[in-house]
Amino acid sequence: MHARTTETAHTAHTTQTARSARTARTARTVFGATVAMVVTCALAAVAALLLPGGGPPGRTDGRPATAAARPAAAAAPAERAADCTDPEASLRPSTADGPAVRRIKERGRLIAGVDQNSYRWGYRDPATGKLDGFDIALVRAVAKAILGDPDKVTFLAIPTNQRIPALKSGKVDIVARTMSISCDRIKEVAFSTAYFQAGQQLLVPKGSTITGIDDDSLTGRKVCAAAGSTAEAELAKRASAKVTTVPNQLDCLVRLQLGQVDAILTDNALGAGQAAQDPSVVLVGKPFTTEYYGVAVNRGSEDLVRRVNAVLDDYRAGGTSSPWMQAYRQWLARADLGITAPPEPKYRD
Amino acid sequence: MSQPLRTAAPPGPGRGPGAGQAGVPARGSERAAWRAQFARLRTAATRTEPGRLRVIGAALAALLIAFGAVTAWQVTDRARAADAVVERSEPLSAAAADIYASLADADTTAATGFLAGAKETRAVRQRYEKDIATASQLLVKAAANTGGSPAERRQIATLNERLPVYTGLVEQARADNRQGLPLGGAYLRYASDRMREDLLPAARRLYEAERDRLEADYADAEELPWAAIAVGLLALGALGWVQRRAFLRTNRVFDRGLLAATASTLVVLVWLGVGHGLARAELEDSYDHGAKSLQVIGMARISALQAHGAESLSLVARGAVLTDDGKDAYEEGYGRDMRDLFGGTGDAPAAGSLLDRAKSLADGADGRAPVTEAIDGVRDWQRRHAAARAADVAGDYDRALPQVIGERDSTGASFDHVDTALRKALDHEKDDFRRAADDGRGALTGLAAGAGVLAVLGAAAVVTGIGRRLSEYR
Repeated sequence: MHARTTETAHTAHTTQTARSARTARTARTVFGATVAMVVTCALAAVAALLLPGGGPPGRTDGRPATAAARPAAAAAPAERAADCTDPEASLRPSTADGPAVRRIKERGRLIAGVDQNSYRWGYRDPATGKLDGFDIALVRAVAKAILGDPDKVTFLAIPTNQRIPALKSGKVDIVARTMSISCDRIKEVAFSTAYFQAGQQLLVPKGSTITGIDDDSLTGRKVCAAAGSTAEAELAKRASAKVTTVPNQLDCLVRLQLGQVDAILTDNALGAGQAAQDPSVVLVGKPFTTEYYGVAVNRGSEDLVRRVNAVLDDYRAGGTSSPWMQAYRQWLARADLGITAPPEPKYRD
Repeated sequence: MSQPLRTAAPPGPGRGPGAGQAGVPARGSERAAWRAQFARLRTAATRTEPGRLRVIGAALAALLIAFGAVTAWQVTDRARAADAVVERSEPLSAAAADIYASLADADTTAATGFLAGAKETRAVRQRYEKDIATASQLLVKAAANTGGSPAERRQIATLNERLPVYTGLVEQARADNRQGLPLGGAYLRYASDRMREDLLPAARRLYEAERDRLEADYADAEELPWAAIAVGLLALGALGWVQRRAFLRTNRVFDRGLLAATASTLVVLVWLGVGHGLARAELEDSYDHGAKSLQVIGMARISALQAHGAESLSLVARGAVLTDDGKDAYEEGYGRDMRDLFGGTGDAPAAGSLLDRAKSLADGADGRAPVTEAIDGVRDWQRRHAAARAADVAGDYDRALPQVIGERDSTGASFDHVDTALRKALDHEKDDFRRAADDGRGALTGLAAGAGVLAVLGAAAVVTGIGRRLSEYR
């Protein structure tokens, strides 16, 4: 039974991101080099948007790698289709009602496609049978903004491969489901601004001698990754470790607990969910790819995209007591992802 | 009979010592002496009528004794094989089938209980525990009864080794689930993978080995006793020839001794033919309507168990496990098991499906009733499954869940219905099997002893009859 993970292969975008992440590492010492690359970029407008944005507040504290990686992620335009330089750039926020928002208001309920398998993101609490998590909280915020009531939501638990079809067919209004924004996906659906920044990271038992993906500590050790995931592709590039693939990233934690593998490579957002289920495992090393999660909407519903972006603006606002930070602290802080603020929004108009 | 021979014998011992004294160079002459003696004996036996009669009598008696011995031997062989079918190989193959079914049942029940989470009922928990206990007990018994076959011992060892690992994983899954950790679902799927990839194949191989042995015992019991039949016909022919010869030579129509011998040979032959023929027919019946339908219904039950396990796991996995072409792996598994069980989604099971075969093998109204009940149950089940699946695909997990694990109108209730009906069918077929196989065994009762006694009587009659003829030459 070959199967895929919740976060399926991020196709071209993934490799692009990874490639640009490496570019970033080499350019790390000279931040200006990144700027130079951006300047050479074909679309000056994007660069113009990017540079004033700079690093978000609080980004200067000990996380230069990620900070550097972010502009770099947008700075490999030569390898990318001319119309996709910055997939996470969205539409400017607006609270004006369009046809999509009016449809939701007439219905009186927001229909959201969510995950029910990702602990702390979108999961079903076995005790109550109810859905909860970071993504779920975000959906409730959207419902509250549009309908005035965070409970006026119909949650549809859709599997990974149904995210895009469900949006296209109009079965759901929005999808908030650890869905990373990619050049391939923006051809199919529209995304809000990024609401989370994730990256591939190693998860090991506390006290393990494994310290990171690119030092020698992984040589000869057994590493678990979900079949078809970015993690599997990244491990394939590094031949030093023995790779075990499983259908779902959570299956890796089973293998780790049973002592069949020494480490797990996964998206650190999902890794955080694993660490939250087993206090004896920790994320080590630095994230070495960059992926942004966005709320996905039907491509035709521009008004809804702008509306969600407006909600996200409010969600992010307020510094350390912003709704975003509160949700982060409630659901994800335990995993020690080193995040101190939400990602900065980017716009293409 | 020995008396006439003694009259011919004396010259031998008389000459023997003399020839012995000749020493090594005399070896040639000794051989010549023996040859001469043999020639004399042959002359006495063949040239004179009493001599010929003596030889014929001895040969006939020997033939009859041989007939009795071969018949007793071959019949005992078949009776032993028939006993083995009833007392050893069928119970062992039934036990292996029970191990297989208990394990599949445990896996399905574990998934059902897991889905119910904190609301898992006592009955569900007890069913799981009973399944594991049954499987463990039967494994101990199988290990004690399996005898020599290393292949079977290997399967039993695998099962003994992996079963505790499986139960450990299920408990871990339950513990995590109760703490509200989705990791529990991953553990349950891992446990179920171990069940489907390690335990069930081993149980299946064990079952197949026992089934092969059952079929071998059947073949041994049903094999025609050719040697006995051939020797019997030969004896009958010889008796006829001797009586015709006597008639031609002496115009005597009846020799009571020979007639009695002929009668007893005929009785043994007819008894052998009818007895073994009956046994064979009953055994074939017990195979077709007992052992074979037990196999088919047993397989149907396991397909039903696995189909229900798969639909439960599909709700546990919630779309997290997909096949290469992006379909839900457990839903695909359900489809496969359903196809084995029922074929399509029509009103009647498709030709060649397990329930179709079970129905055509079922005997009488009593036998068909539970199978028909199972077929009706599967139809309901398929309808409910389609509704539950539609709800789940539409994202309405909350509506899909009770349609699978609810107590009423759920696929689980349909499955229980099917499972109960199939178990009833199994009990019925077990009775059928036992009755037919016992009848088969009964048909061979006394045949071996009877054949022996009758053959000895026949031989005695031959000696008496020939002795009477010989006395006429005095």
